[in-house]
This record gives sequence, C-alpha cells and structure tokens, in this order.
Amino acid sequence: MKCSNTCSKKSDILQKQPEKTAELNRYINSLPIGSDINKNRGLLISTLHEAQRIFGYLPQEVQLLTAEKLRLNLSDVYGVISFYSFFTTEPKGKYKIDICLGTACFVKGADKILEEFENKLGLKDGETSKDLMFSLGGLRCVGACSLAPVVLVNDKVYANVTLDCVDNILKECNN
Amino acid sequence: MQKTSQSEISILVSMGTCGLAAGTEPVYNSLKNEIRNRNLATKIEIIETGCMGLCHSEPSIEVIDNRTAKSIIYGDVKGSDASKIIESGTAKAAGIKVIERGWYYPEDENNTKNVLQARIALRNTGRINPKKIEHYIVRSGYQALKKALFQMTPAEVISEIRKSGLRGRGGGGFSTGRKWSFAAAEKSNTKYVICNADEGDPGAFMDRAVLEGDPHSILEAMTIAGYAIGATNGIIYVRAEYPLAIKRLQNAITQGQANNFLGNNILDSSFNFNIEIRYGAGAFVCGEETALIHSIEGLRGTPTFRPPFPAVSGLWKKPTIVNNVETFANICAIIRKGAEWFNKIGAENSPGTKVFALAGKIKKVGLIEVPIGISMRDIIYKIGDGICDNKKLKAVQAGGPSGGCITADHIDIPINYDTLKSLGSMMGSGGIIVMDEDNCMVNIAKFFLEFTVEESCGKCTPCRIGGKQMLMILKRFTEGKGKKGDIKQLHHLAKVIKSTSLCGLGMTAPNPVLSTLRYFSEEYREHIYDKKCRAGKCSSLIAYLIDSDKCVGCGICAKICPVNCISGEPKESHIIDDDKCIKCGQCINKCRFNAINKI
Repeated sequence: MKCSNTCSKKSDILQKQPEKTAELNRYINSLPIGSDINKNRGLLISTLHEAQRIFGYLPQEVQLLTAEKLRLNLSDVYGVISFYSFFTTEPKGKYKIDICLGTACFVKGADKILEEFENKLGLKDGETSKDLMFSLGGLRCVGACSLAPVVLVNDKVYANVTLDCVDNILKECNN
Repeated sequence: MQKTSQSEISILVSMGTCGLAAGTEPVYNSLKNEIRNRNLATKIEIIETGCMGLCHSEPSIEVIDNRTAKSIIYGDVKGSDASKIIESGTAKAAGIKVIERGWYYPEDENNTKNVLQARIALRNTGRINPKKIEHYIVRSGYQALKKALFQMTPAEVISEIRKSGLRGRGGGGFSTGRKWSFAAAEKSNTKYVICNADEGDPGAFMDRAVLEGDPHSILEAMTIAGYAIGATNGIIYVRAEYPLAIKRLQNAITQGQANNFLGNNILDSSFNFNIEIRYGAGAFVCGEETALIHSIEGLRGTPTFRPPFPAVSGLWKKPTIVNNVETFANICAIIRKGAEWFNKIGAENSPGTKVFALAGKIKKVGLIEVPIGISMRDIIYKIGDGICDNKKLKAVQAGGPSGGCITADHIDIPINYDTLKSLGSMMGSGGIIVMDEDNCMVNIAKFFLEFTVEESCGKCTPCRIGGKQMLMILKRFTEGKGKKGDIKQLHHLAKVIKSTSLCGLGMTAPNPVLSTLRYFSEEYREHIYDKKCRAGKCSSLIAYLIDSDKCVGCGICAKICPVNCISGEPKESHIIDDDKCIKCGQCINKCRFNAINKI
C-alpha cells in the first residue's frame, strides 16, 4: 500500500526524531515478518506497544510506518488503535495521572478523588493540559484492590488515597 | 515446609505490586543494610517474594527459622523496624504488628483439612523468589512435568484432569479435562495452548499474584497441557496493566528455556513446547476467549459466535484451548498428587479451592484461597474480620460486572458455582467486594453498567444499544428523574439482552441490575418515587444542610467551598445555597463541629 498523497506531514514527526524512528525500526526489523499477512498481523499489538513506548503516542506517521513495515493496511492499524483504550493518537502529559475506577476503588470513593483532581487541575477525565504537563484519566482496575483507592502517576502507585492526598500528589509532580 | 535456603534464618518480604505500592522497597533495603552492617549475611537471607495476600497489612514480611521451622509474620512494617526484627529472630519484636498464623497457611498443599484457608494455586506465591528457578524446583517444581512426560500418556493426563473435577477458574466453570479432550481429539499438526491472563474484572487480582509470584507454575502447567492435547505452541495473553507480571513471566520463560523445561526435546524427551507472551491493550472484552484469540491475531477484540468452539477451531483456525491462570495454577498439584487427593477438597460438584480477592469495606482485605463450599459468613467474618468501622453489612458483590449481589440473608449458604448462580450472583473470577450501609445499590448497579457499556465491543445490537438504554434509565434514577414503568422496562431490556447478546459480556451485563432489583427493590422505589437516596450517595438526591444548633460560624466551610455557596456572618450560623451546591463534601470533611449533614 502506498500512501503518498494523503498526509503532508508524513515525514515530519519521524524526521524530527530520528533516534526514536531508528529505535522503532530496529524493533520492527527484529520481528519475524514474512509473507503470511495473518502472522504479520499477530505482531501488530506488540509493535504498537513498543511504538507508543518510544514516541509516547501514535501519530499517523507512526501508524503509516507500522502499516508499511508489517505489510498491513493503515485501516487495519488504525482500527486496532481505536479499539484498545491503551493506545492514544494524542500526546499525553509529562505526568499521566490515572485514577483507578475499579469496583473496590469505587466503593471507597474513587469518583470523588477523580472529581478533586478535575477541580485542582482544571481538566476533565481524558484531557491533557495545554502545556502538556498533566493528563488526567480513569483506569479500569489495576489489580491493587486491597489498597483502594489507588492513583497512578506514570508508573508510581499511590495507595489508600484520600481527598487530602491529592494536593500532595500534585506537589510531588511539580517538584 | 521445604527449605529453599541454606541460611539459618530466612526473611520473606512480600514484593508484589501491592507491597511495592505500600512501600515495601524501603523495608527490604533497610533489612539488607542491617544484615550487612551486622555481618550476618551468611546467617540471614532475605528473599523477595510475590504477594503473600496480606494486603490489609502491607508491607508484610515473614521471618522463618529454617532449623526449627518456627516463623512469625509481621504487618505494617516500616524501614525503621529493621534492627528490631533482626535482633528478635522468630521471637516477637516489640511494637510491630503480628499477623496470626491461622490466617495464612502457605504449607497447605499437604494440610488441607479443617482449615479455613488452603493454598494450592497460591502454594508458592509469597513463599519463593519468583526470579529464581531453583526456588521453584526445590518446592516440587517441574516434577509434574517429568511425571507427565515419562510416566503418563497424553490420554492419561487428560483422564486425570477430568477425574479431578477441576472446573475453569476464570468464571466459566467448564470442566477443564473435557475442554482438553475436545482439543486432543482434533487432528491437526498445529494446536495452541493459551493462558488467559487478561484479568479484567475490576476487583480481581488473583491471577496477578500468581503471575508475579509463581510464574513457573503456569509455564509448567501449559507445557503439560501441550503434551496432553498435542500442541507445541503456548501463548500467554497478559493484560498490559500488569507490567511486573510481564517481566516475571519473560524472565521465567528465559530460565525455562535455559534449563530444558521449554524448547525442543524437553527434559531429553521427544516433546517440544515453546511459550511466547502477547499483550492486551486495555479491552475488558478480550477476556472472552474468542475476542482474546482475535486480539492475538492482531484484530479488534470482537467475539465471534460459538460453535465452532476454540478447541475445534481457534487461533488461526487451529484447535486451541484457552484456560485461566488459576486453572493452570492447579494443574501441577493435581498431576503430582492425583485426582483423588483433589477430589477430597472442596465441594462434590466443584472440588478444589478458589482464590478470592477480598476488597471493599472489610477489615482484612487481601488474597485468600479457600476450599469451595465455604460460606460467605466465614469469609467475611472469620477470615476478613468483619466490616470496617463496625458498620452493617449491606451486600456482597461477587463475579465482577458479570455477577450480582447477595445480601446478609444469604451469607450462610455454601459457595460454589451453582449456589451463587441460583441467588443471581456468580463465583466469577473470584473478586468479592463487600459493601456496607453507606453504599447506594442503585449507584452500584449504575457503576457496573457504565463499565460494561464502555467496554462493549459494539458488534452486536443487544449489548451495544440495549446496555446503553438500561444505563440511561439508571442514570435517571440517580438524578431523581425516574418514572413509573422504568423498572418494567429494565426487566424487559435485561431479558432481551441476556438472551440475544453475542458473548458473555453482553449476556451477563444486566446481572448487577437484576440482582440489585431483586434484593433492593425498596431502594429503587425510593429513588424513583420519593426522590431519595438513603445512602446519601446520589448527589442530585441529597442536600447538605448546616445544623444551626451546632454551627459556631467559624467560616471554614465557606472558605474552602469551591463554588462559594456557603454564606454567613462570623460567629453566626452559616447557610448553604442548595441550588449552587455541587455536593463535593469538602465542607463536611473540614467542619470540626459535625454541623453539616447530608439529608
């Protein structure tokens, strides 16, 4: 599939970040890509995870690169990205704040914690601040239910979070 | 207990995801430093383990004297406790919380009678360092695989699993042995063994503990399954939200390959088996086996109609078995000790144990493993130590978003797949959420439905649109806009959705609504007709009122109110403007005189 006309920014992001592009290419080149399209397709989700780890999100340029290398259609790639909540086509903030909204956290008031973060950050669930410092989201259960309510900031897990903790968590980010 | 160490003393430090979140790493480092400073490294060994299940008292550690097998478990441990712990050995160190032994029987693979907890699936979790294959081997690791490969035929393996009566622990409850026999009967050069590690039920973390704490048990079980059905390929589908589990599994696979437990000519037999990991990406529906298979194929995770069942035509149309992590966690014990041993534990139609994740308003939250057939009362009051703050038990939700609630009236019924189903609930994957008088059951039903509507793959109309219609009605209830006829409509929608949805997600989505309607109809009526929420959770149905008898006019509430809806003169009783109030509860939190009430 050739897609030469649709995106005027085709090489923009990839060209501006050559090390990241090279890293992704190295990863893809290590995969057993062959002529069996179905088996190639089986490598798609792992590749998207790696691409998002490298770039932070999955802009169209990265989607095109992935599609070309795995010999899939762009629609295949985009269809998968739009289905799975882990993948994002928008850049996230430096601090990705996720409030666990699983059942155990919910019965312990996680919805109020989310509201508090929304008030303090001026963001709604799913939004990223304009300065790309913070993203706010709700997660559906990270499996630390005994420590409910749980908040994640990037990889750090905060346990037994109360409304009073919200300010401290934000202070830690700003430091 | 088999010794995993040559040291006189072993200190096990629980370092699963929960432990790490609760701050175990500083404890581990302090203990290590203390041992080094006192030159005790040859006498005392620290072992980083997976989750011990003592989530109510993390960070938790166990100090074991390997010479006498005497041990002591501490909870809520701090780094500053390190010197006291080292000095005390297995005698009680002053000032640190001790967890009584009876709560936790790690050796219980041998000792499963007359105890509340019995650990089969969790036999190694919290006992070994999951990064060290030698710890696994010393505790009968890979003995089951040896027995299967050299003393049993594939048909004998399947027969043993069938006789054991093991049923799928992911919630389906289908006979594991039967499933394997269907796949074994198919003639194909390529077959697959898939481990469903996409534990998506909110409130469930059983599988996470096993994957993090005892990854080799899964690899060994999958290899045995491959031998039984004639597969040489294994795939573990892990949800992306479990990064530590992924790391442990990757490490274990590398070790398995290096030690000839995986790969070609396993243990010098003619059997080859390889395992790879595939990642989920945040879709609950991918816990359904056909959706999971499509996700591995790189497609959107939408289920497909069965038959054909995966055992006949699964991954890339080849015969495939999909089993849950906890199901696999039982396999090695069954092969080693025999089906007869397994049959003696648990209930007649559901032998064995079940791992439950206890969470919610219960004092001792954590991971437990109990013989099937135990009562909910024993779980909540004997193991869980009752409800927090001595509140009243209102409901117990089991089975996640596919399950339902039971009330305090039902807690003496023995739990198994069938009894819970008859009550409108289900055992499910094992999440148990305890609720008290402060939880609103209408709001809870709405919460579960919001989850299933969001996670619906969208393929079939009953789930995609029916779920949304039910949710709209529930939202109206919580906003005080319910009307006559709504409950009848809910029942009608539930019936259609349950009988016509394509997969289990849709079929079970109405369950939380149905079970709360069944047992808490009064609460629904209050929401609809009285516009009242007795638990005070539905903000549109409550008002915040300042008690003028108690209010001293300190003005703190007015200062912190985010919408400036509280007014009053200093030292005079203040008033809340109900029209502006957003019911955030900040004023109640800050008032030192308990002068603000929800009505």
